[in-house]
Amino acid sequence: MNVFRDSPPAADAVPSARPTPSPSLRRRLTELRGPGIHPRALDARALAALAANPGCRRRALLDGAGVDKAALAQALGSPAGHGQSRFALARGNSFEARVKADGGAELLRLLHARLPSGTPAPEEGEVAAPELTAAGPEGRAARTALALREATAAGGWTLLDHPLLAVDVAGSPAYVEPDAVVVRPDGVWTVVEIKSFPMIDGAADAAKVGAAARQAAVYVHALEGVAAQVTAHGEGPARVGERVLLVCPQDFSNLPTAAAVDIRKQLATTRRQLARLTRVEEIAAALPPDTTFDLRLTDDGRTATRPADELADAVETVDAAYAPECLAACELAFHCRARSREQGAVESLGRGVRGELGSLRTIEEVLAAAGAPTADAPGCGAQPAAPEHTPTDPGPDPDDPDDDADPALAALRRAARLRAEALAAAAPPVPVPRTAPGAEDPVCR
Amino acid sequence: MPLIETLARMEAAAAGAARPLTTVRHRHLSDRPLVCVPLTTAGEAGAPLGALVGTDRERPLLLTVAQPRDRDLRFAFLAELADAVLPYLDGFADAVGHEERKETDPETGRKVTVQVELCADAPQLIVPSTAGAAYMRLLGRSTRFRRTAEQDPEAPYPAPPRVPLLGRWLTHLGERARVPGSCLLLPMTELLTRHWATGQSALEDQHLGALLAWIDPPDGHSGRTAAEHAESARDADGILRCPPAGPATDPAFDNTLLAPAMARYDAGVPGAAEELRELIGGQLRPTWDAVWRGYDLLRALPPGGHVADRWKRDRWSYTAHRDRVRAGEPPQPRRDDAVTAARKLASRETAQAQLDAQEALDDPLVMAGRRLAGEAFAGEVTAVEEAFSDGPRPMPRPLVTLRTTDTPLLTDGARLHRPLPDGKAQSAVFVAYGEGAAGSLTVRLTGGMGRGKVPAPGSVPEPGETVCWTLFEHAPRGGPQLPEPEDTPWTHGGPPASAPEGDTPDPTTPEDFL
Repeated sequence: MNVFRDSPPAADAVPSARPTPSPSLRRRLTELRGPGIHPRALDARALAALAANPGCRRRALLDGAGVDKAALAQALGSPAGHGQSRFALARGNSFEARVKADGGAELLRLLHARLPSGTPAPEEGEVAAPELTAAGPEGRAARTALALREATAAGGWTLLDHPLLAVDVAGSPAYVEPDAVVVRPDGVWTVVEIKSFPMIDGAADAAKVGAAARQAAVYVHALEGVAAQVTAHGEGPARVGERVLLVCPQDFSNLPTAAAVDIRKQLATTRRQLARLTRVEEIAAALPPDTTFDLRLTDDGRTATRPADELADAVETVDAAYAPECLAACELAFHCRARSREQGAVESLGRGVRGELGSLRTIEEVLAAAGAPTADAPGCGAQPAAPEHTPTDPGPDPDDPDDDADPALAALRRAARLRAEALAAAAPPVPVPRTAPGAEDPVCR
Repeated sequence: MPLIETLARMEAAAAGAARPLTTVRHRHLSDRPLVCVPLTTAGEAGAPLGALVGTDRERPLLLTVAQPRDRDLRFAFLAELADAVLPYLDGFADAVGHEERKETDPETGRKVTVQVELCADAPQLIVPSTAGAAYMRLLGRSTRFRRTAEQDPEAPYPAPPRVPLLGRWLTHLGERARVPGSCLLLPMTELLTRHWATGQSALEDQHLGALLAWIDPPDGHSGRTAAEHAESARDADGILRCPPAGPATDPAFDNTLLAPAMARYDAGVPGAAEELRELIGGQLRPTWDAVWRGYDLLRALPPGGHVADRWKRDRWSYTAHRDRVRAGEPPQPRRDDAVTAARKLASRETAQAQLDAQEALDDPLVMAGRRLAGEAFAGEVTAVEEAFSDGPRPMPRPLVTLRTTDTPLLTDGARLHRPLPDGKAQSAVFVAYGEGAAGSLTVRLTGGMGRGKVPAPGSVPEPGETVCWTLFEHAPRGGPQLPEPEDTPWTHGGPPASAPEGDTPDPTTPEDFL
């Protein structure tokens, strides 16, 4: 069911038609999770976040194994601030219910208006709404695939409310659940995303629309697998629309309005990033044999009894690719950030920072290379071991032949020299004002 | 992020406290700003939960909405907010000075000098964060099209008087805030990040508490631990010890404290309204104090040389909107017409270019960044050679040679600028790199020397003097004039419809929550 149509050769490494992991991998993942712990389902939001940081092996493994990252972060002592207000949740649910009321009449009217197809608008009672309930995610996904096949063969309007779709993530299946999928008489499947942020004067918050588009791209990607199967079975030409319908409240009212969002770009990104994800199997194979992320929960399932150090060591066995963007998307981010900061990794200041720094990886290295003052604020809790310099020290001679060898290094030294000069020239030096009486002036002299 | 800022962040990370990014303050700070800390209800658009507002840091006015889904309570909140904000905004309207301005006479088509009023000072609204500024804009949008009973007796849900006016002012402040360097509506996080580099990423700097923790760490703590405490320390109930600066609330606060209190209010439990007031006030107060703490930190910096200049533009903006309100013009339209949008964009681009130039001229540390980027260079004059222009009336065009360690990105004949002591700019062109000595280059002065055959005294640098040339203009001007809106060409949709839809109210439904 993999449909990496235009993915790079690396995608070939991901075997196609792998809806379920091999028994040995499944056993290994269960060990990683801990005995008796159910795997956590991976939703589209998490998948989009995973796809946004494909280099993070830690996240790929934990998500692939279905480890509860929020509980893990809690047990590690760096709980995430993620969570949703019940007001927002209630509003989201009630808005979705409103949009889908009356058999989705309003939803289909919006879809027909925003994504015109040449087919006449559906009449009342003409829209099929198949029952999609089944036992377990596999059952529901199979039920959804069947409903999609039947709807396409029937050639009418069908509204699938909360279908479940399977998507292959790093070699193990994940299930995602779009708000709705509409099948048109011409065999085009359209993903519908219902969000409760407002569309004011026809425009919504760009960041939120972007997140919704990335999420929708995951659904479209998952649907394409089903569409390929349906077409292969000769049930009619099934096609997944590359424009999704985003439904939002209009202005400050509770009336729904919608916009067609072209997600081709997000879809291409999702495909490429999912293809790039290192396979969970490989990551799991590289772990020490007795590694596990089992929290050893007490019988009530709430308290973790495993020591945080031991857990931290287990987490440390697999590399993370921390960037500040993780804070908004990953439950483990505070833990990874603390590690990243302890190591003085330059990425802790932003993903783009490393680009200018050549081969330098830590803040200490950078400051030492720049010849900039570092250990200059005693009493501030800083403990850098870099050599001491005064700010007036121009650092290494700019004409030093070494500088020519590495342009990044030369630029860094020049930056440090210019900054020190400017700060020294500004008389009196700018104090960082402090409220605390008697506190050390943190500006170096 | 420019390399010099990256370096400052690294210094800050290593030192455990923020480092200066500037040596002066680049934004105007009013002596009497109005601080407003808003909170909103999660998931609802334009349903405020509460606000702290005022000019007196010791006695802020606390406004709360016990049930944000109740339209009457929401209107009562907006009316109170209008009563708190509008007198402050109006307070600057009547103290005016006079300025001369060139205007085109509509009859003769000639430029004539007219005297116009310019308010002597303007209001300044400070909010905690960029999201707070966006929320002010949203409040403006949600209220400016409302109808009061007086405007339209038939209006189904009349807004209290003055609420639409509040919306128009908030919209104006919000629009003005999009002009780079403007100071009518300022988010505190933006102000602080302009002046200090912290040891964390720009993303994390959006948290006002964490940002202040780096800039002004409490005694005995590093900025890092203080910032981590500010953003994630929770008490036994899981509530953040330092509430977020809003307008969004902490979900744990919503679920654990706010929702049960609201349920008690809905059930009519006595004292529930007071309890809610206390809860919301408790979330707002730390942010209120943080904003004022930031204000104090910034006030300690000396203002940059061009700050007053830019503030004058803000005063113009304020005066112009005061005039529009007084003339009874309709509220700002939902969407700008093509010409207005193009004008706004052009003016923002110009403002950005001016801001970049002025900040560099006011501040050697900012200039250092431009020098590193190859957009300016400084050096010591080594030789001055007298030379004259060709033509019937030769003018002095001296050749100045200087030695610099900077690496400007110069092309042949590149135009250069340098500030003269009187504040004007002197222009020059790049001639050639010196032969032999590394870092030596020659420029030809082309202006700023007066009209005589001999350069005005002090206008030509002496050998041994240190000069700083920039490749960017010091007072960049905008592009060509744009047509009047009624002359919009058909390529841009033609003239806007004669009756602007600007004044039509938003549709309302009996229940306006979900």
